Amino acid sequence: MRTLFSENILSPSPTPAPQSNPFELLFPSSISTASSADSTQSSPTQNEWLTQHLQNQQRTESETANQANYAANGQQAPNVRRKGNPKMLFMGLRRSGKSSIQKVVFEKLSPADTLFLEPTSRIGTVKMQSFITFESVELPHQLSATTPDFDHHAVFSHIGAVIWVLDVQDEYLTSISEMIQTAVFLAENYPRVNFEVFIHKTDGLSEEYKYETFREVRQRVQDELSDLGHGDRSVSYFQTSIFDHSIFEAMSKVVQRLLPQLPAMEALLNKLCSTCGIQKAYLFDTMSKIYVATDASPTFLKDYEVCSDYVDVIVDIKQIYGWHGQDGEGKAVSERRNQDDGDIGESMVTYDRSGDTYIYAREINDYLSLICVMGKGSTTNKRVLIDYNVGILHDALLQVFKV
Amino acid sequence: MSTTERSKRQKQRKVLLMGRSGAGKSSMRSIIFSNYVAKDVRRLGATVDVEHSNIRFMGNLMLNLWDCGGQDSFVESYLSNQRSHVFSSVAVLIFVFDISSKVAASDMVSFADTIRALHEFSPNSKIFVLIHKMDLVPGEQKARALQQKAHDVRTTCEDEGFLGQQVEFWATSIWDQSLYKAWTQVIYFLVPNATVIENMLEKLAELLDARELILYERTTCLVVTHVTRGSEGRNPYTDRFERISSILKTHKHSMAKHTGTMASEVSFAEMQIKTGEFMFFITRLTENTNLAVVMPGDEAAFNAARVNVQLARQEFAHLDIMEKKGKEVQRQADTRGSAPGEDDVDTISSQARLS
Ligand SMILES: Nc1nc2c(ncn2[C@@H]2O[C@H](COP(=O)(O)OP(=O)(O)OP(=O)(O)O)[C@@H](O)[C@H]2O)c(=O)[nH]1
Ligand SMILES: Nc1nc2c(ncn2[C@@H]2O[C@H](COP(=O)(O)OP(=O)(O)OP(=O)(O)O)[C@@H](O)[C@H]2O)c(=O)[nH]1
Ligand SMILES: [Mg+2]
Ligand SMILES: [Mg+2]
Repeated sequence: MRTLFSENILSPSPTPAPQSNPFELLFPSSISTASSADSTQSSPTQNEWLTQHLQNQQRTESETANQANYAANGQQAPNVRRKGNPKMLFMGLRRSGKSSIQKVVFEKLSPADTLFLEPTSRIGTVKMQSFITFESVELPHQLSATTPDFDHHAVFSHIGAVIWVLDVQDEYLTSISEMIQTAVFLAENYPRVNFEVFIHKTDGLSEEYKYETFREVRQRVQDELSDLGHGDRSVSYFQTSIFDHSIFEAMSKVVQRLLPQLPAMEALLNKLCSTCGIQKAYLFDTMSKIYVATDASPTFLKDYEVCSDYVDVIVDIKQIYGWHGQDGEGKAVSERRNQDDGDIGESMVTYDRSGDTYIYAREINDYLSLICVMGKGSTTNKRVLIDYNVGILHDALLQVFKV
Repeated sequence: MSTTERSKRQKQRKVLLMGRSGAGKSSMRSIIFSNYVAKDVRRLGATVDVEHSNIRFMGNLMLNLWDCGGQDSFVESYLSNQRSHVFSSVAVLIFVFDISSKVAASDMVSFADTIRALHEFSPNSKIFVLIHKMDLVPGEQKARALQQKAHDVRTTCEDEGFLGQQVEFWATSIWDQSLYKAWTQVIYFLVPNATVIENMLEKLAELLDARELILYERTTCLVVTHVTRGSEGRNPYTDRFERISSILKTHKHSMAKHTGTMASEVSFAEMQIKTGEFMFFITRLTENTNLAVVMPGDEAAFNAARVNVQLARQEFAHLDIMEKKGKEVQRQADTRGSAPGEDDVDTISSQARLS
């Protein structure tokens, strides 16, 4: 388990307490309606009506919930599509990289080792228990949205997002046409499901070629969807590779869209950044290094990279010197600490040359960490202010997740 | 400061880096000393003749590294017309074997020729044999392959008159921290006043009540020495020193990328990691070294330790002082009583200058 500051870095994660799922508590009524709808669903058209009905219902509910909970927020709650833990379905042609992405992001496989992955022939689920449970499913490439004889409902009805993986290093026209069929199928049957396209394996491509193919793929998909009457369907595109940080950044954005707490977290981070002269703040899921929220300032991959790398530094050093807590007698201590949240880890690094820019990291709980790139002018004598405000943020975030 | 004054104080140590072409010599040199990352080394071409680099290490130690191109024609010339030029006044020979080599027998012949010449001109030099590219050997075969190679090499060394303790073996790969482990040993061997530094660090550790102190060089992140106290001696991560080198080096690259500067220019003022269980910080100790301090999880002791390390800088300053004013040096050296060790080293370096 990769936690920033807790003692049990190497131990497997404990089974989650079921009541700790904040989403269910946020939208209790829509959950129960959803599950009853699931069990009564029969024909596709009926289903469509139901889902749309549900979607509207849920939208209003989430808005009310957001307004009630985060009145200070002052902005419209966005279109929260799905409750429950983020659940993603990977689709794409054979060898496009679906298994690799899941292994690298959720199981920490080294990218080079994906070379030896077996083809996937059965629907398999990867779960990562962190502060929320990430769930990802891979649909074997033989199955597609239009394959007649398999249980579409079982696959599509519980997911928040479909991620279509397109291998740019391969001939990709076939992939585009299958992708469009899938997008149309989803739009018609499961309109609440987000559709995300990973233009994948961009490593080793020139910047120019990368840009060109990205534009071409997007243009083609958009054109064809419009022709088929689904031009309004929002599709997001990402350039990804497992050999750099881009896959983590893309997964972060996909996950964020599935989190109902996002607006609350963003509002808190914005406030923190403006008060303390923070250039960029990320809330990291420490284990996966997916960031679940960031402030509203422009997001650059390089900020994410440096923060993500810094998480590695802390986790590694924490592992090397946290061994006292890993042996028998330490267990009791770690359990107690986990319970009362008494032990807040903190880290920072300052530089000689780059003026007073530095990175500041603070544990929110065992799974969630705040990592900030401090801006110029946030000198060390502002530390008291920062400490104070981060303390407030810390408490507020715990509230957001407890409800 | 005049250049003559500097050269008088500096202790030049000649280090030969040899092995057959493609063994990985320039790769390791670039990673350790030039801030390359492992995947960058594919761009390196074969070395033509000898590439010299002078690396200042902890102020008064100057590594004079000879990266000797390993293609047969160059090696022939080292062994014939350049023989005395190359092999005299050598402090250390680092010989790199590619474990995946298809021509192991001829590699060994080349090694024998090399150390024969070395024995002729620098019989007291130390040999570090690096058995390299270990990543290419499957896990379960690693131990055996290593043992076999070490046995062959040792036999050859004895045949050529190098005694057991004059030769050390290290398994390395650019893809993990084993490279740092091997080079740390080389540096430790070359640092002239290692025991003096260790004694000073031990005192400091006691004063701070630290669990562990690690002194490492700023640019290479190589560990110079460390002091471990109390229960930390049972730390199961015995490879932690080279791991920390590797972590810090990676961090440097990451920061360089972020700020758009060169990795060589990135040097942090301080890094802190505080948890309930331990406190950790790294800060500058001397001009060329950083000190990592591991403390028990106590905020007050941690803050005191940070102040105390700052105060201790002065005490350690003479390790680097050769760059500064002569008088200061003299005073420091006298009070430290480290003169005998330094004299020895001066002799060696004057030998080096004769060549
Ligand atoms: N260059 C490059 N190769 C990648 C990337 N991601 C995956 N691969 C390679 O693509 C190949 C196929 O990867 P898989 O993850 O097995 O693909 P898949 O989509 O799960 O394939 P099936 O299960 O057979 O449908 C492997 O050899 C991976 O190493 C990437 O980002 N860049
Ligand atoms: N697998 C693996 N390859 C390595 C390793 N170290 C170096 N290499 C590769 O070995 C090749 C040759 O490396 P160099 O460092 O140029 O070899 P060299 O010993 O300097 O060769 P000459 O200059 O001709 O004497 C490079 O392509 C490296 O990528 C290693 O630890 N593992
Ligand atoms: Mg697969
Ligand atoms: Mg070379």
